[in-house]
Amino acid sequence: MFDGWPPPVLDPAGPYATSVGLLSWILFGLAAAVLLVVLAALYAALFGRPELQAKVGGKTAIWVGGVAFPVVVLTALLIYGLSLTRHLSDPIRGDELRVRVTGEMWWWRVAYLDAQGREAVQDANELHIPAGRPVVLELQSADVIHSFWVPRLSGKLDMIPGRRNLLRIQADRPGVFGGQCAEYCGGPHALMGFTVVAHEPAQFERLMQARLARLAAAPAAGGSGSQLFQSTGCAACHRIAGTGANGLAGPDLTFVGNRRTLGAGILPNNRGTLMGWIGNSQAIKPNNRMPSYQGLSAEQLTQLATYLENQK
Amino acid sequence: MERVGCGSCHVIPGIGWPKGKVGPALDGLGRQGLIAGKLPNEPDVLAAYIRNAPALVPGSAMPAMPVSEQEAQDIAAYLYQHGGR
Repeated sequence: MFDGWPPPVLDPAGPYATSVGLLSWILFGLAAAVLLVVLAALYAALFGRPELQAKVGGKTAIWVGGVAFPVVVLTALLIYGLSLTRHLSDPIRGDELRVRVTGEMWWWRVAYLDAQGREAVQDANELHIPAGRPVVLELQSADVIHSFWVPRLSGKLDMIPGRRNLLRIQADRPGVFGGQCAEYCGGPHALMGFTVVAHEPAQFERLMQARLARLAAAPAAGGSGSQLFQSTGCAACHRIAGTGANGLAGPDLTFVGNRRTLGAGILPNNRGTLMGWIGNSQAIKPNNRMPSYQGLSAEQLTQLATYLENQK
Repeated sequence: MERVGCGSCHVIPGIGWPKGKVGPALDGLGRQGLIAGKLPNEPDVLAAYIRNAPALVPGSAMPAMPVSEQEAQDIAAYLYQHGGR
């Protein structure tokens, strides 16, 4: 559909996903081996010669296969699994790039933190990171429990109201990685996607500098689209930095023209999909919190979409 | 059609989601007389309309879509095949 989507779950692209992926494969392999042994025993019990049947049903078989084998295998697996994934809970150094990601029904609020921990750049539904270094995410929730999951970059971690969970992710190489809310959070939970874009570090720096410069400067004049954005009510829920639009209930649209997707990782982002989303988002993502603006004319929809395309 | 998101505005036969409602449903397009109520319903016209609707029908809500000539032809063929012609 678009880059990074649907995210493959067994194709790790960074150190925090590799160990989880390896452990999954070991579990699959082990489970398959145990299944084969059980099926062989079942076959012997049903169709084997009488002395084999007696053996399979004997006391020794139960003590060895039913008690000793599981205890040994599961204990070994527990120890191995915990040591394999121990690096996931290494203490956080504190000098990593930090991004606060807040789960909302049914989208993601994203805020890049500066060295003092202040929210320097606001965005939504898309996360840009430098490749080759760990990024710490402060995961929290504004309403119900969500779960942050970008399968190629790390395991899942729940976003729990009233808590701030820390998760490290890392992409070894530049690329686009899809994510998905992994904890049922009501209504359109299945349509709550996410995108992580990993850049070469220098390119990432340029991107962040450009965004900081945009926030420091006055926004481009919007003309009729900008007036519509105010008069139609968009600005009550959406923020476009530097304009009168300061709503915080919905996704920040200051950089919406740069995003790869719309509607929280579910639609490609172009003028047509912007118009389809604004005009009737309820048909696309039923029960999402944005109303359908069916009262807008073709011209008005075009003006709004053109205005939003230019928010970069 | 999935890459550019036609379904954001149109119900399209064979596409389960999204089923957008801003534009007309396209499930009977092949039997339709006119495109956008103005143009003859022919493959080349449809393909051209997909690529640049505002140029052919000024005032049309449908924007120019980011598809190549060949892709537009393919989309038109799909719509006729699945939309009853």
